[in-house]
Parts: sequence; structure tokens; C-alpha cells
Amino acid sequence: MMERPSRISIKPMITPINVVLGIILAIGCVLTVLRFTGGLSVVTNLDDNNPWGIWIGFDLLCGVALAAGGYTTSSACYIFGLKRYHSAVRPAILTAFLGYALVVLALHYDVGRPWRLPFPIFWQQGTTSLLFEVGLCVFLYLTVLFVEFTPAAFEWLGFPKLREKIVKLTILLTILGVVLSTLHQSSLGALYTIVPSKLHPLWYSGYLPVYFFISSMFAGLSMVLFEGSLAHKYMHDKMDETHLRESEGIVLGFGKAASFIMAGYVAIKVIGLSVDNNWHYLFTGYGAWFLLELIGFVALPAFVYAIGVREKNIRLIQRTAVWTVLGIILNRFNISLIAFNWHLPSAERYFPGWMEIAVSLFIVAIGIVIYRFVTTHMPILYEHPDYRSDH
Amino acid sequence: MEIFYSLQEFMTYSKGITYLIMGAILILMPLYWLFLTDRDEKKETY
Amino acid sequence: MGISRRKFLGWFGGLSATAATAASTAIAGGNHHFEGHPDTMGVLHDINRCIGCRKCEEACNTVNELPKPEKPFDDLSVLDQKRRTHADVYTVVNQFKIGNEKKHVHVKKQCNHCMEPACASACFVKAFKKMPNGSVVYDESVCVGCRYCMIACPFNIPAYEYDNAFSPKVTKCTLCYPRVQKGLLPGCVEACPKEALIYGNRKELIKIARERINKHPDQYIDHIYGEHEMGGTSWLYISGTPFSEIGMREDLGVTSAPELTSGPLSAVPIVVGLWPVLLTGIYAISKRKDKVAEEEKAEAVKAAENAADEEMKKQIAKIKQDAAKDKEAAIKREVKNALDEAAKEAEEKAKAAAELTETADAAPEKKEDE
Ligand code: SF4
Ligand code: SF4
Ligand code: SF4
Repeated sequence: MMERPSRISIKPMITPINVVLGIILAIGCVLTVLRFTGGLSVVTNLDDNNPWGIWIGFDLLCGVALAAGGYTTSSACYIFGLKRYHSAVRPAILTAFLGYALVVLALHYDVGRPWRLPFPIFWQQGTTSLLFEVGLCVFLYLTVLFVEFTPAAFEWLGFPKLREKIVKLTILLTILGVVLSTLHQSSLGALYTIVPSKLHPLWYSGYLPVYFFISSMFAGLSMVLFEGSLAHKYMHDKMDETHLRESEGIVLGFGKAASFIMAGYVAIKVIGLSVDNNWHYLFTGYGAWFLLELIGFVALPAFVYAIGVREKNIRLIQRTAVWTVLGIILNRFNISLIAFNWHLPSAERYFPGWMEIAVSLFIVAIGIVIYRFVTTHMPILYEHPDYRSDH
Repeated sequence: MEIFYSLQEFMTYSKGITYLIMGAILILMPLYWLFLTDRDEKKETY
Repeated sequence: MGISRRKFLGWFGGLSATAATAASTAIAGGNHHFEGHPDTMGVLHDINRCIGCRKCEEACNTVNELPKPEKPFDDLSVLDQKRRTHADVYTVVNQFKIGNEKKHVHVKKQCNHCMEPACASACFVKAFKKMPNGSVVYDESVCVGCRYCMIACPFNIPAYEYDNAFSPKVTKCTLCYPRVQKGLLPGCVEACPKEALIYGNRKELIKIARERINKHPDQYIDHIYGEHEMGGTSWLYISGTPFSEIGMREDLGVTSAPELTSGPLSAVPIVVGLWPVLLTGIYAISKRKDKVAEEEKAEAVKAAENAADEEMKKQIAKIKQDAAKDKEAAIKREVKNALDEAAKEAEEKAKAAAELTETADAAPEKKEDE
């Protein structure tokens, strides 16, 4: 094995980021104990009218949408044959795997009896439930992502034979991944098709599953761009030349893809307005909020992406990625929290407590720590010298 | 045939079977693809 | 270029299928129509007769062995607040002031035991079940506590034990399933002093309700709440006050929960069936493009090679030709040399002979030679 002295970084342990992460992790541990000994009421503001809070709205809905980079990138590379995105696949698979693992972890906090989470899959299947569909797909997809991720681990641990076997399955796993992603990304939206009486008409639509699926595509692409820019900033020394050389092309290509998909998304949102004849709601307070989401956080970033692509402005594209990600979070929050139960008087509405927010941050922090560990130890941002060019 | 009194019952039953079929499809399709492309000149799967 | 367009078009093809199925809602059971079990029982709540005594609340609390509330049931001051069901409260009576007539209307609220329960449709472990006698019952032994049933219920009925860390349950009215199995009346129905609650077969109850409305059109509005709401409910309500004014939503529509979700659900197997085909197709095409590109490349190389070959051949031929020419020339030369030499020799010999034989007459021969 070749020596890579340049990639072994000696970073000071006490940096501001590490201190903040440490504090969040410490608080999170305390809250974990509280949650599992005192019940949900100790740490959350949930009540009988508002059974789902930010642990569903952020951790589940946003988590899954933002982890969509895994299937978008791997399908671009392996199915659509855009080989020049190859160096983006591994980091995307890693973040997707981490993302989904964290979503499942977060669900353990949210559901009343987490030890029963396997029940719907192995014990008694509620086949009419879209949540069953989501659960089944997330379970299967987590497995697929895990298998897709193992080659990196095998390279790190030095099991070339096993790695070889998995690599042979790449295309099968990719297709399965896209099927499962299509299903659960859209089913997350379809969860809300059962509540036309609770979700504001501007957000309720028979197309909800399609909206969720399409928005997951540009969410995933934008997230890959965002992570890429972060990784370049903090993990530059871990990247090899292929990664650095290809990254500019990736940024332009993904920016272009995201921009056009977003345009399509705006189009189908408008179609949704028209099909349900919801125009008159646009002139209410919720309408303004809806337009802010659709124009301010989808149409505009799509346009700015386009400018970035035309002018080959990498920084602009990366900033727009953050903007788009915020837009996705806004959309999921609108559907799960803000436009949900809109008919209830404000006193009966939900607002997250600081402990709920802290637990969500705790879970994100765990993700960052694991990401850093994996990218410093496994061949994610660079190709392993023993396996160069053949994966 | 079972008698269903509600759409809910009917869907529980029919979707249950459909899920099993979906599982079968996901297994059979790749196998069929392999059968289909078996005689092609060696194609590289990577 | 590449990704955006191809990917978009690729996915779009399948998507339109998804969208089409998602949009139409009647796919659920083909053309089946479900009427519910013929033995479905229910309760008719005649809101006009309710006096807000909270006797039903008390009875419900007793028969379900729930913890006693802070304020006793005969304390009617709790009616000043609008209440809903909670983990330890399966039913509540709410009071509404109507207009300025100072008229008070009381409405009992509990699970409506829907004909097509949203809670059952939503539950991913089938914890809820509509029984043949109409009760929608809950099985605590499988519940994961995801609370999707609470999200789904259009009447905001199921409640959750948020303060229970180890065995939290969803709770709601059971239509007194255990009591009914024993042949008893639901606790609340039995306790009602005004017969504002009647227990009976749902079809009979609808008839009774219709009769009352027909007999006293001045006292009742012409609507049986629960006959069609969200696909119909086992609890039915008649009232003299518009339902929307007494906390009962009239905008729920008549589409049942399983119908609402049947579109997306029916798209699921289609995606499973067609996505692999579509994706493998795209994969094969992009693969084929690569291959074609490769072949073209190979061909170009070959062509170049061929061109080079030809050149080479030409050159070789030329060289060969040249060589041949050279050889010929050489041979010719040799031959010529040889001939020349031979000629010379012969000449010389002749010369010598001539010189020898002709000593006298040499001059004229020499001239001839030159
Ligand atoms: S009222 Fe709500 S809890 Fe009761 S059966 Fe209907 S959906 Fe279920
Ligand atoms: S909380 Fe329990 S009963 Fe309700 S949907 Fe979830 S698993 Fe089913
Ligand atoms: S039917 Fe039984 S459980 Fe339901 S409200 Fe009446 S007493 Fe309570």
C-alpha cells in the first residue's frame, strides 16, 4: 500500500466546531435519558391534537428528502451512464446511508414503543397504511445503502474478494435503490393524502406523492452540492486528484439538473393549484406563505442555479444549493406543521419545545461526527490506490 | 371467496397479496433479465 | 446536455403514470361497493334532547375504569370550556351558546366508529379493527406508538399516553365492546336520563332519525350527521342547530379514508412492476451508447490502422518494386557487364588472332573496328 502522508491530517482537537458538537452531544445524552424514562411529555410539546412534531417534520421528512442524494447520484452515474460523476457517488452513498440510519434513530425517540418498530414488517402488516409502505421501503433501502457502502469499508479493512462480489451487484443495487426511493419518497407525501380536512388546501393535493418525489430529486442534488462544498472546505486534504478534477463538472451538471427539475416542480405545483381550483386561497395569509415557498424557495433558486450554470459560477451554485435545501425544509415544515391543523385556534397549535429541537440537533451532530470519522478513515473522497479505476 | 363488508377489509386483503407479488417481481425481474441477456457477448457488469 | 434532460425525461415517463393513478381515486375496489356489515350497531345521538348532565361521561369513566378527574362529574362548570377526548377521557360533552337567545346546546363527543375507519386505514400494524357489530377496537399488544392514527382521524378522537414511558397506549371509546359482548348496553347509553342516546342497528337508527326529522321539520335540520360523513359512521347525530355551529365539521366530505389513500397505494405496485423495466432500459441504452461509442472508436482506430496499412503496403510494394528494379538493373548490369566482358574478350581474342594471323594487312582491319 502506498503512503499517503498528505491525507493524514493532524487537527487540533479543541476547535470551536468540536466544542459546540461536544455540548450538543452532552445535552442530547441527558435528554435521551429523560425521554426514555419519563415519556414523550417530558421532552416534547406534543399533544392529542398535534401528535407529530419536528421529530417527524424535520428528522423524518427532511431527513429522508435530503438523503435523496444517494439515489440521484448513483442512478446518474450507473444507470444514466454519466461516468464523470463517479467520484461523487461514494460521498453521496455515505451521506444517504448515514441520513437514513439517523432517520431510523430519530424514529426511536418519536414512537412510543421503539422496540416494536420491527412489528409492522415482521409481525402484523398494516397493508392499507402508507406508513407501512414508508417503513418497509426505508427498512429495505437502508439495507441496500448499507450493502452499497460496504465496498469502501472492505477496501479500508482489506477484504478484496468480498468487495469484488459486492461491486458486481452495483447495477442491481442501484436499480433497487431507485425503486425503493421512488416509493418511500412519494409515500411520505402520500401520508398526508388521508387528511384533506386537516391540511390547508394549498398544500393538500392528490399529487402530494408526486410533489414529494420530484422535490426529493432536487433536494438530493442540492444536498450533494452543499456537502461537497463543506467537504472541500474541511476535508480538502482527504480528496484525491480525480475527486478534485471532477468536482467542477459535478457542480455544473448537478446545478443544471436541479434547476430544470425545479422548473418542472413549479409547473406541477401550478397544475395542482389549477386542478383543485385553489386560486382564491392565494390571496389569503396562507396564500402569501405558499407563494413565498414556491417562488422564493423554488422558482428563484432554480433561476439562480441557471445563472450559476450559464456563468460557470461554482460559488453561486453552491450557495443556491443551501437556499434550495432551506426551501425543502420549509416545504416539509409547512406540510407537517404549519399548514397542518390550520383550522385549529392558535392556542391549540403546536410549537416545538427547546428539548425537541435539542434532540434533533443531537441527531444531526451524531451524523457529523460519524461522517468525519468515516471520511478520515475510509476511501470515500479519494480512490483507494489498490482499487483505482476499477469501481 | 371471502366476503368483505368494508373497503378497508378488502384493501387489507388485496394489498396484502399485492405486496407479496411485488416481492416476487423484484426477485424475478433481474433473473429474467439475466436469462434474456445470457447469450449476449459477455457484458461487463460493474 | 446529459443529466438534466435525460434524467428528467426518463423519470417523467413513469411519473405521468404515477400521477394518473394518484389523481383518480376510484381504483380502490374496482367497481365494488361496500355497505358495511349488516349487523353493524351504532348510537343515535339526538342533540336536541341532550341536557349536558355529564351522566354519560361519568358512566364511561366507570365502565372503562378510568382515573377519576379532578372536578367531579356533577360539576357543570367544566362545560364552559371546549374540551376534547384525552388519554383518560373517552367522551366529553361540550356546550355551545347559540346566537343571542341564550340557548345552550350540548353535544356528546367520542369516537364515531367509522364505517371505513381512518385510524384503521392508517395504522401500519393493523392495531385497529372494525368489528362486525360496529365497534372499532384497538389492540394494544401490537401498537408501536407512531400516532399516525391520530393524524388520520378526521374527528380528532384518538388520544395518547404521552407521559407513559414504557407502555404508552392510544386510547379511545370502544363502543363498549366488552359490555356489548356480554349483552349489556354501552355505559353512556344506559346512563343517559333523557334518551338522547339510542343504541341499535345502524340501519334502524337511520330510519328512526329520518322519521324524527320528517315528523318535526321545524325542530331538526334535514341532515343526519354520520350517515355519509367520511364514508359514514356508526354514531349518528341529529340536531336543530347547524352542525358547524356546534363544533362538528361539515366540510369533511363523504370520501372515506381508504378511498383517499387508494390512489397512491395503487401506484406503489405499478412502480415496482415498471421501474425496473424502465431503469434497465435506460441503463441498457446508455450502456449501448457507450458500446457504440466504443465500437466507433475501435472502428476509427481500425480505419486508421487500415489506412496506415495501405500506406505501408504501398510503401512495401514500392520498396519491393524498387528493390526489384534495382535487382533487375543489377542483373542487367551484370549481364551487360558479362556480355560486355565476353564481347571484349571475344574482341580481344579476335584482335589477338587477327594480330596473329594478319601481320601484314593490319591497317585496314583496325580502321573497320573503329
Ligand atoms: S372516529 Fe376516528 S378513531 Fe373513531 S373510528 Fe373514526 S377514524 Fe377511528
Ligand atoms: S399509534 Fe399505534 S394504533 Fe396508532 S397508527 Fe401507530 S401503531 Fe397503529
Ligand atoms: S360507548 Fe362506552 S366507551 Fe364509548 S363513550 Fe359510551 S361509555 Fe364510553
